[in-house]
Amino acid sequence: MIEFRSISKRFDDGTLAVDDFSLVIPSRRTTVFVGSSGCGKTTLLRMINRMVDASSGALEIDGENVSAIEPVQLRRRIGYVMQNSGLLPHRTVIDNIATVPRLNGVPKRAAHERALELMDTVGLDRAMAKRYPSQLSGGQQQRVGVARGLAVDPNILLMDEPFGAVDPIVRAELQQELLRLQRELGKTVVFVTHDIDEAFLLGDQVVILEKGARIAQRGTPEEILANPASDFVASFVGADRGRRALSIREVDGARVLVDADGNLAGRLVDRPAEASAS
Amino acid sequence: MTWVLANLEQILELSLTHLRLSLLPIVLGFVIAIPLGWVAHRYRLTRGLILTLVGLLYTIPSLALFVVLPPLLGTPFLSEANVLIALTIYAVAIMARSTADALASVDPDIQQAATAMGYSSWRRFWVVDLPLAGPVLLAGLRVVAVSTVSLLTVGVIVGVDSLGYLFTNGYQRGILASVLTGVVVTVLIALLLDRVLALLGAWLMPWTRAGRASRRSRVAQPSQLVDRAPATVGTGVQGSGA
Ligand SMILES: Nc1ncnc2c1ncn2[C@@H]1O[C@H](COP(=O)(O)OP(=O)(O)O)[C@@H](O)[C@H]1O
Ligand SMILES: [Mg+2]
Repeated sequence: MIEFRSISKRFDDGTLAVDDFSLVIPSRRTTVFVGSSGCGKTTLLRMINRMVDASSGALEIDGENVSAIEPVQLRRRIGYVMQNSGLLPHRTVIDNIATVPRLNGVPKRAAHERALELMDTVGLDRAMAKRYPSQLSGGQQQRVGVARGLAVDPNILLMDEPFGAVDPIVRAELQQELLRLQRELGKTVVFVTHDIDEAFLLGDQVVILEKGARIAQRGTPEEILANPASDFVASFVGADRGRRALSIREVDGARVLVDADGNLAGRLVDRPAEASAS
Repeated sequence: MTWVLANLEQILELSLTHLRLSLLPIVLGFVIAIPLGWVAHRYRLTRGLILTLVGLLYTIPSLALFVVLPPLLGTPFLSEANVLIALTIYAVAIMARSTADALASVDPDIQQAATAMGYSSWRRFWVVDLPLAGPVLLAGLRVVAVSTVSLLTVGVIVGVDSLGYLFTNGYQRGILASVLTGVVVTVLIALLLDRVLALLGAWLMPWTRAGRASRRSRVAQPSQLVDRAPATVGTGVQGSGA
């Protein structure tokens, strides 16, 4: 469990990036911070591994105040995945994945073996182990980034717009992979995005943020869609328009759903079809 | 040509001396410039100061430096040390700026990622920042090498043997072949060192050879819906030139 208690962050230049932020992030679930650019998502995320230190307030991981933990040690037990993968361009894929275990003193052989297993886990062909990041596609690089984030089997995985720079098809694929991984691994994932669809797809808990990391609404996707807390939230999640605003239309005694643009969204049935076992 | 053949032994000996004397300033210049360049890069205050200072150093005429150094350092007037120190100063002058530029060329995203993984700043400098600054460092070092080889010829005026001897001696005795040979061999040595450094760089930085057609810039574009395979298409971005 990660707990933010009245956290504020003012940068040296006077920017108040986070203004009195409080939140509990439950273990083994995915929490998504979503909001427009500059609202403080990255700053919040980086406080968890002390890349940024709070100006005031307390941040606890499993009841332990992070300010009491040495930053370098703290970071080695928290996975971090960022946009553009942040892979070390001068290290091969396998060395990139093995980076943190090696920092922790795991022998090279063991670290490499584990790295190969992780390549399987994230769906990368082992044949790519000796390639450099520049020899991979954007989607493959992100997979390496995820594998690297998982390398020390951390309890916490921080992801900062990890799929923001890949094209839509690859992004959808990576999102599904993450859902699958999360079902298998059950990490405490804190995921940052500016894409509300991504937030609803991945988040068990979604936190919609406004400037200064002020919480506009927090809840499950269902709760937020059912009861937008404000006009801002309603407009941000698109509850009042497009494919999220569905209406019922009767056709030959059956009821079909039509979105705000008049496109057919589906047919209303008594209960949702059983989720097909995958 | 006959002159060259007749004096082959001397030419060879001078070449070797020249090469030997060039190496020390190049290596020393590099080693001294790294911390200087780091300080210049790291602190905004010192950046201007250091870079202006080394810029000024470079403008001092070499002959003046040869003359000024002995009383300053207490070295004998006709000592190799003066020339070596002077050339090291020039090497530092070029290399300190290169180092500052090289460190500034490292992608801040990658540095952030390295920090996030748990590199201490000291360790990150040696295994992430410095290697990634490598290509720009190498470009600077190649300039230093060529410039040092060329400047060393002036050393003959203060009695230090080098290929410059072929200039002065040839000039005094009116042997054009000697002067020409001096020029050609000096250029050849410069080219040789440059080549060796380039190869050394390619060997030490294998990733710069892999996949020149680059990566991170490939941000998703709505029109490109297919996950691009490892770039093999020649996009003509080779040799971006630092
Ligand atoms: N190191 C910094 N120094 C000064 N201001 C910063 C720094 N990092 C972020 N900010 C500012 O803090 C605010 C929040 O930034 P950030 O957390 O990166 O937002 P987001 O990730 O939501 O786009 C922005 O106004 C940004 O300009
Ligand atoms: Mg951000």
